[in-house]
Amino acid sequence: MAATWAVFRRELKGYFSTPLAYVFIVIFLFLTGIFTFYIGSFYPRGQADLKPFFNFHPWLYLFLVPAIAMRLWAEERKSGSIELLLTLPLSLWSTVVGKYLAAWVFIGIALGLTFPMWLTVSYLGQPDHGVIVASYVGSMLMAGGYLAIGACISAATKNQVIAFVISVVACFLFTVSGAPIVLDFYASWAPQTLLDAIASFSFLTHFNAIQNGVIDLRDLIYFVSLILFWLFANLLIVDLKKAG
Amino acid sequence: MDWMIEVDGLVKTFGHLTAVNDVRFNVPKGQVLGFLGPNGAGKSTTMKMITGFMTPTAGTVRVAGHDVDEQPIAAKAKIGYLPEGAPAYPDMTPISFLNFIADVRGLDAAARRQRLDYVIANVHLDTVLHQPIDTLSKGFKRRVGLAQAILHDPPVLVLDEPTDGLDPNQKHEIRGLIADMAKEKAIVISTHILEEVDAVCNRAMIIAEGRIVADGTPGELESRSPFHNAVLIDCQDEGVADALEAIAGISRVETLAGGSYRAYPTNGQSIVAEVADLVKQRNWSTSRLSVEHPRLDEVFRNITRGGEQADKQGEAA
Repeated sequence: MAATWAVFRRELKGYFSTPLAYVFIVIFLFLTGIFTFYIGSFYPRGQADLKPFFNFHPWLYLFLVPAIAMRLWAEERKSGSIELLLTLPLSLWSTVVGKYLAAWVFIGIALGLTFPMWLTVSYLGQPDHGVIVASYVGSMLMAGGYLAIGACISAATKNQVIAFVISVVACFLFTVSGAPIVLDFYASWAPQTLLDAIASFSFLTHFNAIQNGVIDLRDLIYFVSLILFWLFANLLIVDLKKAG
Repeated sequence: MDWMIEVDGLVKTFGHLTAVNDVRFNVPKGQVLGFLGPNGAGKSTTMKMITGFMTPTAGTVRVAGHDVDEQPIAAKAKIGYLPEGAPAYPDMTPISFLNFIADVRGLDAAARRQRLDYVIANVHLDTVLHQPIDTLSKGFKRRVGLAQAILHDPPVLVLDEPTDGLDPNQKHEIRGLIADMAKEKAIVISTHILEEVDAVCNRAMIIAEGRIVADGTPGELESRSPFHNAVLIDCQDEGVADALEAIAGISRVETLAGGSYRAYPTNGQSIVAEVADLVKQRNWSTSRLSVEHPRLDEVFRNITRGGEQADKQGEAA
């Protein structure tokens, strides 16, 4: 536990010792602003909620989270510091989890800095704060899902660009499997159960459900098990590479 | 004897390539083992398996009694490791990096302060403690790596080319540091600077093509040199070569340019007394009479080249 904490602290500090953290946060806030106010028509809708804000999160994360995740392992492998890390008296789990949590918390910090949105909408009207809290939790879980996928893929290569591209594709599949663009393709001929099964693998399906203000146990289990699955795959890849 | 490192039947293959082939050796406390070998001989791969970074294809490694594969955390806690190229986190400063290592190694506040002081003073990091590691010179990076390896005062040290990239003064300091720690630890260092073996190691091992081809004290390895105990004599008189060859203990005499001769002993025994007697007896005037100092690199070249040739013959057959 102390070891996980040490890895976690080093990683999180690492983000802020380079421009990476600041660039990421500024771009994240800038893009959420653009999406919410221009594309999401925050004002014209005339409704005191943050739907236009949260609706774009899956698409924003699709690119920004792999950008954070790509360096998690690939950079260590490239610079050779992985040899140092893996010969320290740490369990592989504590390393995998420590790294993952640091990146997740970092994304959480960026997400937390969108709080002026909440203040704005509270100033303009009477939003349902429960829905907003649930949406934030959902957004965080979804980011965690994207991050776990990206972390696992980063462990498989020492090339960050490859890690990024493959992660985006993998994340894209997990996003769109619930979008009309995919479902319509199957809708004409596939049975409803298959349709539901495909949709149930999608981040969108579960995130939209949470956005309605109810954190259903099924949605929670989906995200948690997805994260654990990918972290376990991450651990296996790191372990297999030792035998390489 | 209490072995600190036990390596048994270690094999590592990458596809068709056998990088390490049935390597076995033990290292007790107090021994400084120098790994010698050409590039790609399997030195680093062996070290990576001892420290648990790589899983062996076959064989076992035990460090301070802990099997590296079965009890990796207990084994790794006993090891200080400087990987090849001394990797570190480039964005960190040496002090924050060392604090991270202390966190992971679980040093308590008192031990941390005492060890940090010791390490920083002995590896001479005080001037660069707050500079990002990637702005440091190669020598300082190496020293940060070394500081990290010895921070927790481990009973086993594995150092992959600890003095690579250092200037002669720094090399001297690092060797001094290793020599200071030698009594209390089992140390394995790899190097291709052969003088380093003479300077710090009390056991040397030559690895070529994944196999141990020589193992002994540096002195023993040196005695395998063809020049071992050979005598060099400068003499302008006539008939020197014949007279030397007539001495019982001398197997052959080589005539060098400018009136120099080199006499080789039959079984590597000392022949300098006999040669000196001869000189006195014949009343030769010599400007030089000296015993050759065999160099490890001659032995090294002999052994490692011989291995290559033998292998080529084996393949041809």
